[in-house]
Amino acid sequence: MKCENQMELTFPSQSRNEGFARAAVAAFAAQLDPNLDEIGDIKTAVSEAVTNCIVHAYRDTIGVISLKCRILPGNVLDIIVKDKGCGIADVTQARTPMYSTGGDDRSGMGFTIMESFMTELKVTSSVGRGTTVHMKRRIIRRGEKT
Amino acid sequence: MNMTSFLQDKRLTIALKGEIDHHSAKETMRIIGNKIDLYLPMVCVLDFRDVTFMDSSGIAIVIHAIRRMRELRGVVRVENVPPQPMKVLKASGMERIVVIEERSMAHEV
Repeated sequence: MKCENQMELTFPSQSRNEGFARAAVAAFAAQLDPNLDEIGDIKTAVSEAVTNCIVHAYRDTIGVISLKCRILPGNVLDIIVKDKGCGIADVTQARTPMYSTGGDDRSGMGFTIMESFMTELKVTSSVGRGTTVHMKRRIIRRGEKT
Repeated sequence: MNMTSFLQDKRLTIALKGEIDHHSAKETMRIIGNKIDLYLPMVCVLDFRDVTFMDSSGIAIVIHAIRRMRELRGVVRVENVPPQPMKVLKASGMERIVVIEERSMAHEV
């Protein structure tokens, strides 16, 4: 699919980078002229995906998180968050609401939030090799907005 | 995460400020827990008026406060919630277990 613009970032899996990652994606998405609601949804989904890398993929270590954004035809923001961490043995179980292998500071709602805030969500994972979260969000053009 | 709090008639109000994510969640939970233990309120109000962003880490914070308050036979109320955190709370079904009050338009600048 033809890509109209793109950006790529890599950063270490330190929790302080959660805010950086969502702000960077929000700044890139600004060219699609999203409203506050849409920007809020995108920031939330990115925050969840990056937090999963930090909390689960690189649980006891610091690894590299790769974040790639593209603008696709039809005013679509395409986001790929990738890690080379421990991987997920059962993706279906991981996507179940309230399921978490994190501590009591985790709600187990990360994938549920990503699913409900984005137009599409695809999760591929391989144990010992890493996880890729691929999300798409169509931004309603200003004329279409109610 | 900055927090201020005040106690009136066994009602502890904790005002949260800034962005709530995993980076800030553990410390926020610890401080809220300590305040509940110190003041032993009957009602704990989490005031979200100045929360500028929240992801699912905020849900864990609210659930943690509910658990602590249940031990005291008290309740939690989540008040003045702006639109973005409200959407996250609603998507998680939190309205079924705690009273949540949206920020009224009177607070919009």
